[in-house]
Amino acid sequence: MSFISSGEADKKGYDVVVVGSGAAGGQTAYTLAMEGARVLMLEAGRNYVPATETPMMQVNAEAPLRGAGTPEKPFGFWDATIDGGWEVPGEPYTSASDDPERQFRWWRARMLGGRTNHWGRISLRNGPYDFKPRTRDGLGFDWPMDYEDLAPYYDKVEMLIGVYGENDGMENTPNSSPGVLLPPPRPLVSDLYFKKHAARLGVPTIAGHRAVLTTRLDHKRLPALLHPGNRKAQAILAADMQKRSACFFATPCGRGCSIRANYQSTTVHLPPALDTGNLDIVTDAMVRAVTKRADGRAEGVVYIDRKTGVEHRVKARIVVLAASALESVRILLNSGVANSSGKVGKYIMDTVGAGLGGQVPMLENMPLHNEDGVSGLHMYTPWWLYKQQLKGSFGFARGYHIEFGGGRDMPGMGTVAGLEWLNGGTYGRKFKEDARRYYGSFFYMSGRGEMIPNEDCYAELDPNVKDKFGIPVLRFHWKWSEHELGQAAHMEKTFAEILDAMGGRYPRKPQPGNKAIKQGGVIIHEVGGAIMGTDPKTSVTNSYGQCWDMNNLFITDGATLCSNADKNPTLTIMALAWRSADHMLSLMKKKEL
Amino acid sequence: MDRRTTIKWMFAAAATVPSLRFGIDAATAGEAAARDVAADQAGYGTDPDLQKEWKAGGPWPLTLTENARATTKALCDLIIPADDVSPAASAVGVVDFIDEWISAPYPQQRGDRPVVLNGLLWIEAESQKRFGKAFPALADAQRAQIADDICSTASKPEFADAAKFFAKFRDLTAGGFYTTPVGMKDIGYRGNVPLEKFDGPPIEALKKAGLA
Repeated sequence: MSFISSGEADKKGYDVVVVGSGAAGGQTAYTLAMEGARVLMLEAGRNYVPATETPMMQVNAEAPLRGAGTPEKPFGFWDATIDGGWEVPGEPYTSASDDPERQFRWWRARMLGGRTNHWGRISLRNGPYDFKPRTRDGLGFDWPMDYEDLAPYYDKVEMLIGVYGENDGMENTPNSSPGVLLPPPRPLVSDLYFKKHAARLGVPTIAGHRAVLTTRLDHKRLPALLHPGNRKAQAILAADMQKRSACFFATPCGRGCSIRANYQSTTVHLPPALDTGNLDIVTDAMVRAVTKRADGRAEGVVYIDRKTGVEHRVKARIVVLAASALESVRILLNSGVANSSGKVGKYIMDTVGAGLGGQVPMLENMPLHNEDGVSGLHMYTPWWLYKQQLKGSFGFARGYHIEFGGGRDMPGMGTVAGLEWLNGGTYGRKFKEDARRYYGSFFYMSGRGEMIPNEDCYAELDPNVKDKFGIPVLRFHWKWSEHELGQAAHMEKTFAEILDAMGGRYPRKPQPGNKAIKQGGVIIHEVGGAIMGTDPKTSVTNSYGQCWDMNNLFITDGATLCSNADKNPTLTIMALAWRSADHMLSLMKKKEL
Repeated sequence: MDRRTTIKWMFAAAATVPSLRFGIDAATAGEAAARDVAADQAGYGTDPDLQKEWKAGGPWPLTLTENARATTKALCDLIIPADDVSPAASAVGVVDFIDEWISAPYPQQRGDRPVVLNGLLWIEAESQKRFGKAFPALADAQRAQIADDICSTASKPEFADAAKFFAKFRDLTAGGFYTTPVGMKDIGYRGNVPLEKFDGPPIEALKKAGLA
């Protein structure tokens, strides 16, 4: 089994059809295929081969426009994203409001592996509080599970994909089990400088957690822990782990990685899953809807071959939507299934984002050295004010973590731009001296905070607009609450204080929340829209992503998240997907599905 | 359009569009700095080949005239001249890069295009007005006299538009230069080298920041 055509797929029978090939689809298909289920994966974009397509080591001068972002490559020319971005030609979405503050922007990718090819690889666990937010402060929804239910799956995912970090034992920032994490990379000068001066304000700094192999995975120890009793899966995984290299500390992760040193679905999940012989993949397969059997269960899906425009139907015992939260919502709405609660499309969340950067004189003219490291988040600051916040003086609920960075990274168009606020505007030999002096002395902090689900943030089908395949598109409604705006203001104010403590200067003052906050969707952590719960009247799925209305239809992407902790959601999505896949295997074994 | 009509049209445009309100000299006002970019000019697409060799002029045509390229070269080398450490901007392809930038079919670049083209015309007109020569033919001190009036945030109000142009042009020149291997080495980028292990900062760097 392998990459096949849509015509071939139609003729074969499968246990499970998985829609989507990113973090959720990759993890779901991996677990199912490794444990013996026959799986068909449908990906809306083209096939993608990181080994030959990744631009490793190219510098920006080799790219058009020196690599600067454009609407066709929004994160820069070398970014891994293919046929994606904020706009996808021929595949629009709409907004119910003309007010930018009420609009949502939707990043998509149309490629095998989806957004995992370019993502930031930041891999943070939700903590115990994050599963019971309503119990804690009366807002939003509790999860129909506890941290302990997901903890073993966090361990498994971290062992499989490879995550560096340390166990710091901080509040609501869980440790991994012993032997799970890889060693973190050494901190940069700017990391340690931040740590020293932020500490004076009571702001802690610990090792970052990212899905990058700082050392090779232990292929002798890990496979047996991940697939106990399954010698075939162990052998396949052990062989594949040996094909992944450790990071060589050069070339940014956002381009993808041809040596498989970081996590992408295409370099970690799919190769061993394909090696089992249990996984077929059809690319350029744009799913329109879930089809229904006479007994009300899911029959399969109907999809359009992007290359021919021809519609195809496939059948399976189980249908899994893992198309990315909002694409799965769109498929559900276009299918007219699993929505007796009326909650499909409701409670969309993104991450609260705000940032402030400045220039730090102490970091000028550093002795020259290589600061590439793992290209991001050697260290970070988890939310540190849980106790103070509970006392109620903040004016907003829930916290944020700080991602920060400085040092001499690979120069791009912005590296020596806009120096006038520092030097008044120079040219000639003086300008060249200024460039040497200031390069590497800039420091940036980004806040990433928890948004609370609300009734004003939802997606519905636009009654008038269809994409180029004739499929109705999503129309978004969006409104931040005072919690998110208060949080964004707190971020900028705090970052200015930290820059002050670092002896830094910044080109503008901290802003009020509605000016500081990034537009909805811009942080690309969109989740919700088909939330899990304990009550079929108020939620779409149970804790396994199994739809209340259609017990052989599962959602394993971010759509089921009923809260969006400040922890970047990808690791949690993968842990949930593994847990869901285990549940599917168990139900199939018991012949319940 | 004959030359006289062109000049009249440009003055009319200058009167209504603030960004065009340079002191355009009649001797050069009718001269365009670039050929048109086709309204339907395509970009490199959403799935460009990331392994092929990309060159300025490849994905879309360059449009600066020969005269405008000469002005561009003189100006970017005024901003980044050769010194003991590295060569001048034009030695590493910055003229081609600026031409590629202002000829590109994307919103940011389409927005920058009139700023740069009008600025290049202004520089030439100012050069003629002050010294009776084309800008590339000026002596260093003469070029500096013009640059000194427009390079800083403290430029006089009558040079406000020219200063905006200069700031934009300086950013483009610096972006074009410091992204090349020569420019990256100049400012001290030492990365993009595969390493067996990552040692972190040397002790002297930690000491400098008061961390050791």
